Amino acid sequence: MKRLSVRARAAVGGIAAVALLAGCVGAKETGSSSDPTANASAKEVTLVISANDIKGGKNAAEAAWIEDVVIPGFVAAQKAKGVTAKVTFNGAGVEDEQYKTKLELNLRTGSGSDVFATDGIWLGELAAAGYVKPLDDVVGKAASSWDGWGQISEAVQQNLTFKDKRYGIPNGTDGRVLYFNKKLFAQAGLPADWQPTSWADIIAAGQALKGIKGVTPIQVNAGVPMGEATTAQGFLPLLAGTGQPLYDDAKGTWQGASAGVKDVLDFYRQVYGQGLGDPRMQQDKAGRDQSFAEFSQGKVGILAEGDYFWRSIVCPDKTECGATSMPDRDSVVGWAKIPANSPGAGVNGQDFVSVSGGSGWMISPKTAFPQQAWELLAFMASADMQTKLSQAQIRVSARKDVNDATLKGDPLLSFISETVLPITTYRPSDEHYNEVSLAIQQATADVVNGKSPQEAAATYEKSLGEAVGADHVAGQ
Amino acid sequence: MPTTSPVSEQGQQAGPAAAAQAATRSTRGPTRRHDPDVAGLGRPRALAFVAPALLLVSVFLVFPAIWTLYLGLLDYSLTGAGAQALTFVGLGNYVSALTDPQFHRSLYLTLVYVFGSAVIGQNVLGFLLAWFLSRADRVVRSVLTILVLLAWILPGSVVAFLWQALLDRRNGTLNALLGTTDQAWVLDHPMWVIVIFNIWRGTAFSVLLYTAALTSVPRSHLEVARMAGASSWQQLRDVVLPTIRGHILTNTLLITLWTFNDFSPYLLTAGGPDGASEILPIYIYREAIIGGHLGFGSAISLLLLLTNLVIAVFYIRLLRTRSRGQEA
Repeated sequence: MKRLSVRARAAVGGIAAVALLAGCVGAKETGSSSDPTANASAKEVTLVISANDIKGGKNAAEAAWIEDVVIPGFVAAQKAKGVTAKVTFNGAGVEDEQYKTKLELNLRTGSGSDVFATDGIWLGELAAAGYVKPLDDVVGKAASSWDGWGQISEAVQQNLTFKDKRYGIPNGTDGRVLYFNKKLFAQAGLPADWQPTSWADIIAAGQALKGIKGVTPIQVNAGVPMGEATTAQGFLPLLAGTGQPLYDDAKGTWQGASAGVKDVLDFYRQVYGQGLGDPRMQQDKAGRDQSFAEFSQGKVGILAEGDYFWRSIVCPDKTECGATSMPDRDSVVGWAKIPANSPGAGVNGQDFVSVSGGSGWMISPKTAFPQQAWELLAFMASADMQTKLSQAQIRVSARKDVNDATLKGDPLLSFISETVLPITTYRPSDEHYNEVSLAIQQATADVVNGKSPQEAAATYEKSLGEAVGADHVAGQ
Repeated sequence: MPTTSPVSEQGQQAGPAAAAQAATRSTRGPTRRHDPDVAGLGRPRALAFVAPALLLVSVFLVFPAIWTLYLGLLDYSLTGAGAQALTFVGLGNYVSALTDPQFHRSLYLTLVYVFGSAVIGQNVLGFLLAWFLSRADRVVRSVLTILVLLAWILPGSVVAFLWQALLDRRNGTLNALLGTTDQAWVLDHPMWVIVIFNIWRGTAFSVLLYTAALTSVPRSHLEVARMAGASSWQQLRDVVLPTIRGHILTNTLLITLWTFNDFSPYLLTAGGPDGASEILPIYIYREAIIGGHLGFGSAISLLLLLTNLVIAVFYIRLLRTRSRGQEA
């Protein structure tokens, strides 16, 4: 009898566990189809916005714009229509990778915000997982007939487009350049209007800067802790300078251990193997912040970064840029286009190259108020709101009318918009991009840690094959 | 009743009655009677009493373990197509984990971390501190106890920030104290850093436990030993250690298991540089959450769980031989 009871208990436990398992699997597969007309005429609306912005921290200007401009404006506009809107902002100030993880977990569980900021390169993953849906499905006609699309260029719209469907409204775009410290350049006998025309010119400038004590000549992001900044600010602009893009759209293949990839990794070897860069900074988990801090203290000669660095890190305004603000930025910080390996060797035979990305705003397919969420999105992307954001902190907006009115006042941003964007390249919005990017980061880390470019490239190709499948890897 | 006695103490083959008997025996000495229902509750009421506990255990322990096992068999990812269409890959995740050199390295680093910081570090330092405190005067004892406890009760994020400030490469306190410049402790000696960090952080528990244990050593035994001319070392070896052997095992078991699952080194080194301090919990985090391979992460989690179980069983067996040995 006792034996039986033990068995009975085990059986009950087992059945309960199986039932629970089945319940969970079942729950996941039901109910995610959204109805665009849900609650369309509601008089009480609750919406939550989230972004990786926080007052007093990361992207403080945008956080203030959302909390002090967008939300009151939207609430007032809704009130005029007789709708009581309650909009809250859920801010964060963390590494982009962490924000992404949180976003994915939120979308997976159906919790989280109605309207959220994303980086365009995450779209492939999110869409393939079914976490986000095309605007046509979530919102319907109101989205496709929006008058703002005419102001946003095709290239920028691509940032939030996946398989020819729009998933959100782009917020803006950016471009990467080489920043340099003119004071250090003068000390090293280099010109204040420096413009390298080949990788060798960058290395030569680094050699000249090496003579100044306590200065790291070149900072090209590398390694895993820098995350996407390694790929977007370092590896990809260099790869674009070898003539072949990372991803071949037509064939659907990724570059493996090609000659170009090896050349890029060899450039990293020249920088970090010859004391032109600081390998430690690439290994440190706060390395990117350190590189910002050191540049702002005049301890870094050349730094490859996006315009984010100019407007959000070293801006003269201490309340916005905090400890890394540079009151003398406009006279000390110079910039140059990123050269191809040698003149004409870049993609499309270009002499200079860049990489652009762009973030934007999307709507959760699980929102209870799809129409009102869209109204909020369109309100945020309106010329009026975008102008206010650009005035609070200058940047390349997605809208042409806003850029025309705001960019003139800033030399770097107009340089990006006029000179860099025409020659730029975009990252593939493929669902495997994140994993490929991780493999790239590891390859650069290997070189920084002293492995040969050939070895690192071979490891990269192996990881790449595991991530995308061997048939999607282009050989030599 | 079987349900009210610790069945696990005795293993399955012995049956519930013998288990209850064993439990009585280990607490009260040799058995005098054979009635298993000591509390006189009867089967249904006894079941009703343990039902809430069993339910909690199943919901929060058994079910997640089974769920992890299940997820480990899937090609299941956080994003991309793998989040939508789950494919069954059988033991594929386990095979790739067990053949992954990074997993081997993580396992090795975890063992180094556990052995260095818990089994040796916290244990020995904790005992020495407790031994010293039991002889120290009141003021010294209070001050030291507070300092040791402080390391234990501070929130992890605060502690991580303090240690970052201590070890910082540019403006760190340690570099200022030692007069070294540009010494990146976290990058140069990541394993040492996290081992010492964990010793500092976790020794308080061992101190508390050993302080309590040392009071259980009968004074008369120590006095007899002293009269017989035993030195301090001999007293420690022949009187104190044998008496508190059970406490040592319990302490080692607990801190071993905690340290095995410890994620706080992530706050200091993030597993770096280049994986040099990537212990298993960090490896799992990197694979499952950063890399998005939830299925693979589940598979490694289960391996970690099994490792923990093996350790627990090993210690419990040691404990049991001890209690038997004392009866004989």
